Amino acid sequence: MKETSVVDVRDAVVLLGSFPALAEATLTIGRGELVVVQGANGAGKTTLLRLCAGLLPLARGTAHVMGHDVSSDRAAVRASVGFLGHANGLYLDLTAGENLSFWGDVVGASRPEVTSAAQRMGLNERLLSTQVGRLSAGQKRRTALAVLAVRRATLWLLDEPHAGLDAAGRDEIDALLRDAVGAGATVVVASHELERSASLATRRIEIVGGRIIESGGRK
Amino acid sequence: MSASRVVGVARAVASKDLRIEWRSRVMTNQVLPFAAIVMVLFAFALDNDGILQRVAPGLVWMATLFTSLVVVQRSFAVESADSAIDALRLAGVPSHGVYLGKVAALVAQLVVFEAVLAMLALILYRVNVDLHGAVLLVTTCVLGSVGIAALAAVYGGLSVAGRGRETLLPLLLLPAVAPVLIGATRATESAFGSDGARTVEGWPWVGLLAVFGAIFLFGGTLGFGPLTDE
Amino acid sequence: MSNTTTSVPPPTRTAASRNLGLIAIFGSIVLALLGLFFTAEDVDQGSSVRIMYVHVPTAWVAYLAFVFTAVCSAGHLWGRKHSLNLDRLAGASAEVGVIFMGVTLVTGSLWGRLSWGTYWQWDPRLTTTAFLFVTYVGYLAVRGLGGTQHQRAKRSAIVALFAVLEIPLVHFSVLLWRSLHQEATVLRPNGDVKMDGLMLFSLVFGVAVFTTIFAWLVLHRNRVLALVDAVELRGIDAALEARRAEEVPS
Repeated sequence: MKETSVVDVRDAVVLLGSFPALAEATLTIGRGELVVVQGANGAGKTTLLRLCAGLLPLARGTAHVMGHDVSSDRAAVRASVGFLGHANGLYLDLTAGENLSFWGDVVGASRPEVTSAAQRMGLNERLLSTQVGRLSAGQKRRTALAVLAVRRATLWLLDEPHAGLDAAGRDEIDALLRDAVGAGATVVVASHELERSASLATRRIEIVGGRIIESGGRK
Repeated sequence: MSASRVVGVARAVASKDLRIEWRSRVMTNQVLPFAAIVMVLFAFALDNDGILQRVAPGLVWMATLFTSLVVVQRSFAVESADSAIDALRLAGVPSHGVYLGKVAALVAQLVVFEAVLAMLALILYRVNVDLHGAVLLVTTCVLGSVGIAALAAVYGGLSVAGRGRETLLPLLLLPAVAPVLIGATRATESAFGSDGARTVEGWPWVGLLAVFGAIFLFGGTLGFGPLTDE
Repeated sequence: MSNTTTSVPPPTRTAASRNLGLIAIFGSIVLALLGLFFTAEDVDQGSSVRIMYVHVPTAWVAYLAFVFTAVCSAGHLWGRKHSLNLDRLAGASAEVGVIFMGVTLVTGSLWGRLSWGTYWQWDPRLTTTAFLFVTYVGYLAVRGLGGTQHQRAKRSAIVALFAVLEIPLVHFSVLLWRSLHQEATVLRPNGDVKMDGLMLFSLVFGVAVFTTIFAWLVLHRNRVLALVDAVELRGIDAALEARRAEEVPS
């Protein structure tokens, strides 16, 4: 539970209202893995990611992220986690560049760090000076991923990052995720698209009825 | 959590909020005209110069209070529109900084509103203010806004965490800011010289506003984090 | 800390709680007799002074309830165990407080109709009471927002502490506000009443009786709230079973 595993969830039960979205789920993820979580809608993919991000309280069981207890030490968990849900977490009235520099200011990242994050996500001058509300879905996703990079997240939790993107946009996201893993991050992606995730993942797991079933082995 | 980090976050949040408001123009194009028409409608409804001059301070602060509800809701709608609040909670950002930044941006907007409303009162209700009165008025506006914003940011933060909670904001906020309404109205009366009030009589009320603002600014700094972080 | 265990709250069917209830009933009867028959009429107010024996104790209990809510809330927040029982006590106390404050407002305005000739007077105490009534209705609304029991507890505890801070501030500012205007020429509630020994005794006795009623109500309301929470937690096991049955092997 020290530095060996990035995510260590045991018998976790998470309730949404009175509904157990996670029903005694157990999962371990090691450093540098790119894990794809598959499952039908309502199986508990999003809940699993939000739990790992410290956004949901645990009703039973234990969950450690980066060695920190999710229920008692949420601040430490969150500082190292980047979560990208169905929403991008951007300010729509600000430009992409302003969003990035806001996050740079908030987390204390230097200007070169912000610039390099933008470059890695392929955000050029024109995109950076466009209001986020006017960007395409793919461009918004890229901006959001750049924010995660600015925040120096070491565990990336992405919920359906391909949703709403065309084929080129999806390939781009995949490339960015491989880059992130290459740069030392651990990535967990929730997806219900089988073929795409098969090519991307170093490991696949399946979630059914709020419980985790290991399916595809490690590559 | 170092103090400079908190100040840095507060500054980033405040300037981000003000930039969004400046760019979206919702305040200038929709809320300000609304406040102005309310002031004109008061004049129609009361239809008497003497009464208008006497109640002008109360009208200014009633209009401010209702406007503040809209401003606070906007301030947190911006955070929840694309779940930016989740990102803020996740980034390990000190919540004191977020709170103080939100309060600062709210105060800045409220002071602008109050200035416009007071100007309207001067013009429409023919109120007179001398130099001493102007100083009193500005102090009142700043401290009154701090009191309102300190509480509004806390209750606004509570309402952002879930759907259907927006309607809770007026219920929690309005009774709580009653002391601000009372103190600010009395101080403004002294500044306007309404009903024969003298300017020096306004300063004790300013003291009440300062105490109120200090208490809830402190309480809000402590309470905002746990309240929004669910 | 956030791990939930199903625990049934201790029963209220104990000799102590039964005796408390009996004392409350017996005390109420004695108070009614004292207030309605044995105490004298007031020189100025006549029989309307008898409202005081209900009005003052309910007001006292309401304030006591809100302070108790704040104490329990602080205990929940700063206690190492973040006790949910303290949270439920805070909630039960606030519920009873709101009801008693409602009674205070009704009896106050009835008394005002008789003494002042008007149901509502902008008296500082009455005005403060009205503000607090609304404030605690808001607190109860916050309790009903949903989420897990620990979320509810933390959220409402903070709001309760804010609310209790408002009590002196609202009262003080309303007092200042009234002092600028000409004082109402009528009597202030129970201020100028010249009380003989029995009247004073009845008043103090009334406070004691209503405090007993408060304790009894909070005790039982707390158990009901605890049972509601326990039922919610028991539901988890059934829901988990149902969730497991969803499993469709592919």
